[in-house]
Amino acid sequence: MGAQLRVVRRRIRSVQATKKITKAMELIAASRIVKAQNRLNATRPYTIELSRALTAAASNSTSIDDHPLLATQKQKVRAAMVVITADRGLAGAYSSNAIREAQALSNLLQEDEGYEVVPYVVGRKGEGWFRFRGRPVARAWTGISDQPTYEHATEIADVVLARFLQPTEEGGADQIHIVYTGFKNMVSQEVRVRRILPLEVVEEQEEAGAALAPLYDFEPSAEAVLDSLLPRYVRTVIYTALLESAASEHAARRRAMKAATDNADELIKSLTRQANQARQAEITQEISEIVGGADALSSVTAGSE
Amino acid sequence: MTLQVQLVAADRSVWSGEGSIVIARTVDGDIGVLPGHEPLLAELASGVVLVKTTEGEEVAAAVHGGFISVDADTVSLLAEVAELSHEIDVARARKALDVASNGGASDDDEANRAAQVRAETRLRAAEARI
Repeated sequence: MGAQLRVVRRRIRSVQATKKITKAMELIAASRIVKAQNRLNATRPYTIELSRALTAAASNSTSIDDHPLLATQKQKVRAAMVVITADRGLAGAYSSNAIREAQALSNLLQEDEGYEVVPYVVGRKGEGWFRFRGRPVARAWTGISDQPTYEHATEIADVVLARFLQPTEEGGADQIHIVYTGFKNMVSQEVRVRRILPLEVVEEQEEAGAALAPLYDFEPSAEAVLDSLLPRYVRTVIYTALLESAASEHAARRRAMKAATDNADELIKSLTRQANQARQAEITQEISEIVGGADALSSVTAGSE
Repeated sequence: MTLQVQLVAADRSVWSGEGSIVIARTVDGDIGVLPGHEPLLAELASGVVLVKTTEGEEVAAAVHGGFISVDADTVSLLAEVAELSHEIDVARARKALDVASNGGASDDDEANRAAQVRAETRLRAAEARI
């Protein structure tokens, strides 16, 4: 076998091995999207009920404006942002899209509104990005991005809530934003930026207008109920964001791995052609050598006669 | 008249169905909800929620922190963590109770007390099954 043919065949084998891996990753990601979607759907009843209760409590509460989690009249010194990225790569532009959006948000907050931005990061990719650029990260959570649980969300929510409730002078944040990837469907996901704190209640009161909220009897009181509802609401918002991001991550990975598998297919096809050509060239050469040899021989014998 | 009851935890829907009475523990004390109850929104304490279904069965669940909302014979119980009695791992709950009542795993007294209450609640809910 000729040297060139051997080299091409070796490359084909290596591409085939890579293709097997990417194909497997594609299938795994595809099955995980469904699971992630199911988890996302399972939270829906809780979220709906919670926002209904929140609306009722907020519209019956007298001291809405000075509730610490709702007050917008805070100073404008520091803003925290929670950026949700992946733990592992090979998911196309999933993490870099989220990071780019986070970057845009922090520029906006810093330059236009004069905030000092404090990043909180979920996912090893985001953590690495910030560390590589030497930017301090207030807190990073890693190893939870592909299967987040409610406990993870609670932990994150408690950390940012504590930061928000801290007085500004002691390093507290005046606003909390979250950057995550919203899952629209299998093929399309988009990065979303949302302000978690202070909460905006206005929007929800409008929704309540559609179905008239009943006159609830609150126990112990509307204010107390609101007080314990709000932190839970923040947790749910973060939990939903984590779940949507996880589903998006799997979808992005599936797409990236599908592209890689298709590419490998293409590569194998063109390499096979190259190998065939090399083999054919070898055969042609061998034939012409034999024919040439026979010719030379016959002309020698013919000459001697 | 029956109650439409749904018990939902943060990450799943735990139980839903028709009931004739719902008994739950709020921060102000136990309440029982019968059909025709006025609209109510109350904060739940860690405790056992008992639903008597229209077929006469009893569904018990351990609930840790949440809300009950009653409106037009629809009862929604929201809990961050909720377990039906048959889902509770009694051995684990008993062990957790042991740890918590013997000084606890952490130095934080409040966390220990909370862990103790949680374990007790789970055991009570598990017993309601028998």
